[in-house]
Amino acid sequence: METCPSVKNILLLDSEGKRIAVKYYSDDWPTNNAKEAFEKAVFNKTQKTNARTEAEITMLENNILVYKFVQDLYFYVTGGEDENEIILAAVLQGFFDAVGILLRGNVDKREALENLDLILLCIDEIVDGGIILETDANSIATKVASNSVDAGAPLSEQTISQALATAREHLARSLLK
Amino acid sequence: MAQPLVKKDDDRDDEEYSPFLGIEKGAVLQEARVFNDPQLDARRCSQVITKLLYLLNQGETFTKIEATEVFFSVTKLFQSRDIGLRRMVYLMIKELSPSADEVIIVTSSLMKDMNSRTDMYRANAIRVLCRITDGTLLTQIERYLKQAIVDKNPVVASAALVSGIHLLQTNPEIVKRWSNEVQEAVQSRAALVQFHALALLHQIRQNDRLAVSKLVTSLTKGTVRSPLAQCLLIRYTSQVIRESGVNTQTGDRPFYDYLEGCLRHKAEMVIFEAARAITVLSGVTTRELTPAITVLQLFLSSSKPVLRFAAVRTLNKVAMTHPMAVTNCNIDMESLISDQNRSIATLAITTLLKTGNESSVDRLMKQITNFMSDIADEFKIVVVDAIRSLCLKFPLKYRSLMNFLSNILREEGGFEYKKAIVDSIVILIRDIPDAKESGLLHLCEFIEDCEFTYLSTQILHFLGNEGPKTSDPSKYIRYIYNRVILENATVRASAVSTLAKFGAMIDSLKPRIFILLRRCLFDNDDEVRDRATLYLNTLGGDGSVVETDKDVKEFLFGSLDIPLTNMETSLKNYIQNPSEEPFDINSVPKEVKSQPLVEKKAPGKKPTGLGAPPTGPTSTADTYERILSSIPEFTSFGKLFKSSAPVELTEAETEYAVNVVKHIFDRHVVFQYNCTNTIPEQLLENVFVIVDASEAEEFSEVGSKPLKSLPYDTPGQTFVAFEKPEGVPAVGKFSNMLRFTVKEVVDTSTGEAEDDGVEDEYQLEDFEVVAADYMVKVGVSNFRNAWESMGPDFERIDEYGLGPRESLAEAVSTVINLLGMQPCEGTEVVPSNSRSHSCLLSGLYIGNMKVLVRLSFGIDASKEVAMKLAVRSEDENVSDTIHDIVASG
Repeated sequence: METCPSVKNILLLDSEGKRIAVKYYSDDWPTNNAKEAFEKAVFNKTQKTNARTEAEITMLENNILVYKFVQDLYFYVTGGEDENEIILAAVLQGFFDAVGILLRGNVDKREALENLDLILLCIDEIVDGGIILETDANSIATKVASNSVDAGAPLSEQTISQALATAREHLARSLLK
Repeated sequence: MAQPLVKKDDDRDDEEYSPFLGIEKGAVLQEARVFNDPQLDARRCSQVITKLLYLLNQGETFTKIEATEVFFSVTKLFQSRDIGLRRMVYLMIKELSPSADEVIIVTSSLMKDMNSRTDMYRANAIRVLCRITDGTLLTQIERYLKQAIVDKNPVVASAALVSGIHLLQTNPEIVKRWSNEVQEAVQSRAALVQFHALALLHQIRQNDRLAVSKLVTSLTKGTVRSPLAQCLLIRYTSQVIRESGVNTQTGDRPFYDYLEGCLRHKAEMVIFEAARAITVLSGVTTRELTPAITVLQLFLSSSKPVLRFAAVRTLNKVAMTHPMAVTNCNIDMESLISDQNRSIATLAITTLLKTGNESSVDRLMKQITNFMSDIADEFKIVVVDAIRSLCLKFPLKYRSLMNFLSNILREEGGFEYKKAIVDSIVILIRDIPDAKESGLLHLCEFIEDCEFTYLSTQILHFLGNEGPKTSDPSKYIRYIYNRVILENATVRASAVSTLAKFGAMIDSLKPRIFILLRRCLFDNDDEVRDRATLYLNTLGGDGSVVETDKDVKEFLFGSLDIPLTNMETSLKNYIQNPSEEPFDINSVPKEVKSQPLVEKKAPGKKPTGLGAPPTGPTSTADTYERILSSIPEFTSFGKLFKSSAPVELTEAETEYAVNVVKHIFDRHVVFQYNCTNTIPEQLLENVFVIVDASEAEEFSEVGSKPLKSLPYDTPGQTFVAFEKPEGVPAVGKFSNMLRFTVKEVVDTSTGEAEDDGVEDEYQLEDFEVVAADYMVKVGVSNFRNAWESMGPDFERIDEYGLGPRESLAEAVSTVINLLGMQPCEGTEVVPSNSRSHSCLLSGLYIGNMKVLVRLSFGIDASKEVAMKLAVRSEDENVSDTIHDIVASG
């Protein structure tokens, strides 16, 4: 209880449970096989649930798992069984929304893979070695976007604030749909 | 982005499309050569790094050579001024986690970035460098890190602080020097900087109670901005509360007001953290609980599953200790039974089962029956466990609960689920006599169609023990003999044993049983035939109605009163040291690290139901016994009776860490001092403990065994042995002084030391041998049976006034600790608000005397506690001694 809130892993899987991007911060799953087995268990346990409007939650192997799905992308955040569930949900929401901003509202597997660099940087900005760095989606996206090689426009042509503004606009539009 | 963008609309329907389709490690490594181009193409380089990261992320590994090659070419990319590329380079270096000699290559580039004017460079360079650095490099960059902690850019400050938290694990002495800067950062206006700074500051000071207490005192008064930091502060506050205890004068708990204030915070995570902290306060009162329960109740009807889950999970835990406090939420909880999220529904049901009263049982069971069909096995197991507890709580309701269990036993389910049900039925049969006959029949019906060999054999074994004691044992024979005809060899063999048990116990059935057993002589399996032959011969094979000899019964069906793990260890020892002597089964120690058999409070552990003996953890007792038997001086002391848990004799984080384990023999005690030297520059030699036993009159020192040498960080033991009067629970206080010769270590890597040493000594704390040291915790599975079979011959009953106590629970746990006995059947838990409580204890007193204790407590309005103590044992002196312990305690 005295310890800092911590995250054991962040997973982004596709609609078949395959990895898109994952990052583990704990030694609970030392080998790639252990990790894949965990991801399989996670996916099997959650795939039938409806986590598309609100983030859902369950326990798995003495861990708390919060998750949210959109299109064919499955977002997961895992923490220890004594962790504050709401903190984990905040991390998940930050991750979920930041990816939405970075992919400009086109949140699906194909777009995620085409912008895998952004996804990886995004995870890197949320948690460092298990410790939560940032949970606010806009701040995360700003940090990632300011570094990215934007597909269309080089940085000289599109300032950071502009990039972010368009990103927000995209997000807003996707929410209105 | 790894391949040129294709027009999206064209192949939208091509499901398999992936920019990484057909990606192959060799080819990507080839592509990585572009990192070496004199004219860097930043975009292309970024794409290649993404591909490399993709491969690593999919679980691909690089060989040492490949990794080194990639690492070196990646370092070339520091030439590029492209921000995006640099960001990918940072990520790549972290993923490659280079070795120490490789780190040197990038150190200067990263240090340059650490001092860059670009905030993003500074923040990331710090994180990368701290991730890959070792202690020596850290001293070089320490100056920059200190500056970064107080950097005005919050991202940079957070990066440095989080890196500090990681580095504290490996280089605590360096990070501890940063406390001034960290303290400044705690006051930062940036929310997350405050959070990270608070986490680091607390970790730096965590061993200094006073400093933590001061930190909490000052921050709970001020304004902590970030919700995350607020959550941290709540955790630290509960730690301080736990360590400081209740103010005995006013009955107020320090900082409780702060926690309660947090319940009105605007962030849900803070509200929940505070509510959770209140529910786990030790000895929490109903008045303290109420506001926390109220906010959790609001969460129960939230639209967010996460909030509902968090609330119901916390309430579920509260229900274990304070069921009454949760009853207010029952209506909200009942509506959660139909929650979409099955985890929430299961938690709601199990909570209701804990808080429910006798009258609501039937209604609840109805709701659960509908629910059971559409949840997964793992949830069903939780429900079954909860139903078992409920049945033990309301034995009168056994009929409907037993029916429920037998119904679900007939439905589809996996092994674990079926095992949980069978275990529950077995426990109910054991503890509720009225439920026995119907329970056994349910089990018989189950084995008629059971696909699990393990469960069949366990049930047959149980049937053999319980069946003969019922009013009409003959009705079970048919079910058992059906197994001999229909099942596999393992089940057949155990059915034969069960039949034989019926034959041995009930003389009138003997002729019929013998006919059946003789048929088994033609079985095609060796084991089945062997068993049948053995039983036919030992039970008197002529088939007449005679009484079976008691010795034969004992030989065939008597229980092995020795834990199997101990037996295994002893047999292994016997094989290792061959001798002429035959193996003596009486030499096997009988002590088990026993757990309460019926109800375990520990989450995640399954109660041991069927005959399976508690698989004792390969006990430390074995280790101790092995250590002690290897010391010739102590071998004459006989069999080790008990070893205490280690008692710390030094504060944490001192130069030398010492704890003591008290080993009790019939006429001796041996103190085992476990010493650890925590100073790398020292080698200790000839280490021993001078014990002053002037306050322990009945003890006289008879020998000691010094420790030759104690190098850095390698624990060693020294022993001191005392003689004491036989069988007497002698008590006393011992003060200790550690003596040794210190030698300076010349080379810390090899541990080589100077020749000359200096004698020195180190004061250790005192410890006592108390009456509880002579008592081994041994649980009994059915206290009532054990109590009755012990008989009232040596019963001693007396009443005691315990004076004003903090709470009933505190009084109960004090008496349990004083006696050092095993609480049975979960009676150590005192429901809140109760004015009286009964507690059942069992143990083994020195001289292998079984002792059972019944305690009845009562508390009045002025918190005066009275206690009635009833002891039964195998010896009147022992019964008297137990009273003496309480009277003098």
